[in-house]
Amino acid sequence: MIKVEGLTKRYARNVAVDHISFEVEKGQIVGFLGPNGAGKTTTMRMLTCFMPPTEGSATVAGFDVRENPMEVKRRIGYLPETPPVYPEMEVIEYLDFVGRIKGVPKASLKSRIDEVMQKTAITDVRNREIGKLSKGYRQRVGLAQAIVHNPDVLILDEPTSGLDPHQIIETRDLIKGLSGDHTIILSTHILPEVEAMCQRVMIINKGKLVATDTMENLSSRLHGAETVAVEVLSRDGTSSPEWMRSVQERLEKVAGVSRVLAKDSKDNRARFTVESQKGSHVRPELARAVIEAGWQLNELHGMGLSLEEIFLELTASTYEAKSEPAPQAGAEEAK
Amino acid sequence: MNTWTIARKELSSYFRSPIAYGVMCFFALITGFFFYSAVRFFLAQSLQATMMGQSVPLNVNEWVVRNVLSNMSVVGLFIIPMITMRLFAEEKRTGTIELLVTSPLRDSEIIIGKWLAAMILYLTILAVAGLNMLILFAYGNPDWRPMAVGYLGLILQGGCLLSIGTFISTATRNQIVAGVATFGVCLLLWVLDWVSQFDSSRLFTVISYLSVTSHFDSFARGVLDSKDAVYYLSMIVFGLFLTARSMESIRWRA
Repeated sequence: MIKVEGLTKRYARNVAVDHISFEVEKGQIVGFLGPNGAGKTTTMRMLTCFMPPTEGSATVAGFDVRENPMEVKRRIGYLPETPPVYPEMEVIEYLDFVGRIKGVPKASLKSRIDEVMQKTAITDVRNREIGKLSKGYRQRVGLAQAIVHNPDVLILDEPTSGLDPHQIIETRDLIKGLSGDHTIILSTHILPEVEAMCQRVMIINKGKLVATDTMENLSSRLHGAETVAVEVLSRDGTSSPEWMRSVQERLEKVAGVSRVLAKDSKDNRARFTVESQKGSHVRPELARAVIEAGWQLNELHGMGLSLEEIFLELTASTYEAKSEPAPQAGAEEAK
Repeated sequence: MNTWTIARKELSSYFRSPIAYGVMCFFALITGFFFYSAVRFFLAQSLQATMMGQSVPLNVNEWVVRNVLSNMSVVGLFIIPMITMRLFAEEKRTGTIELLVTSPLRDSEIIIGKWLAAMILYLTILAVAGLNMLILFAYGNPDWRPMAVGYLGLILQGGCLLSIGTFISTATRNQIVAGVATFGVCLLLWVLDWVSQFDSSRLFTVISYLSVTSHFDSFARGVLDSKDAVYYLSMIVFGLFLTARSMESIRWRA
């Protein structure tokens, strides 16, 4: 449905998108993942014919974005990061306007608008001014706008950014519900979102595609390792750096452990992440080591390999320079 | 068809904000003031002429209509920026430009649609202010033909400045900047004419030719001069052409 080859966007001083190639099959939901400024929006803008690529080609439903932009535009529904709504318009009036400029036949326009309002659950605000709607509703109006001409391809740029957790879940369900009729590309820097919605993920960093695979393949390809979180309590009620180091050294000596990372400490507790080879079953040994050294084991649990870790690993270079730890997905979502 | 869809959308947002009514009100008031003073002056002159024993009555067209139309053309320079400043700047600021550009619309449809909406608003404003002229028909016997030519001149001059304003609106995402810049350009196109009063060398003749107001004189007198009509029409096309170029650059730079 979508075929991208060597797509490049160069600005005067920097390269926003650097020779990206991928294909998306009909009916798939693909997540476009990357830190802010990685080139997600630029790629999407080239696919939607908002801006021409500097190099390379992209075809949507068999039409090239450069040679046949009109045909491509007819087949794409696009929701930019901020929904492109006119605040002074009423919802129904806005959808009527969008339907007309997207070329929905007049005869079916009214029924089509009713249909998309139902799909996106905005029928109850049909006569309200868009500017007076809540952000969640506005986002849904944006989605309704993207599907009003029943496009083959939906391109959604950060569809859940700025919503509260409840609205995020609603929007995700909505998008999942749309996947039957449309091929969807959505971008996000929120990792659980991709895990929740997408069949495939493309990770982009600094304009380059660093990984593209199904979710399962990606996690097994990257890690032959198992990760365990360990929380240890000291007896004297403090957690000095020396003590931390001694715990770390002790844990490293456990057979099968490949790496121990000290995560943080507070009062008398210290947390570590222990990596080990797959199938080495280090957990009982870790517990024994802590107890025998005279400390208290507060917590010990295995961590599933989340997309977050894959992501951080693949995009690590972006964050290495900074001294503070990479932002957590949860924190991003909460704001 | 698409052009009309765009124009309709622009018009509905014009008439939903206070700006259209404000501008209309402002223009009608100023025109009314000029009209009143022109009529008072005309009456005084008529009275004096009668007392001096002049038998031929003074020409209303010459004394009232021409003056009022000239004044309207100058006041028009002040309202044009208020009409055009939001056309593209607002869409760029709120991001709705992405909706328009990624829809199956030609750039020309978007541009002409927007210009047309500005034009229709401008015509409405002229029409409201033009009610003054009807009073002349109720109490006097003016010739409607030169008046119509004068109005045609106002419409052409407005169309030309609106197309320039539309172009300037594509260059920024800040309405105020667009408005001030348009105002500056309008003002410049008005005062360019003045230089020819002091200097009639070839350079200054050319500069003076570029002035919008110098071409309005013949219209105000009721003379339809093809030279001036061609100037206005080519300025309209030129302004819209620049808008189209500028829209392309929005894509390249965005």
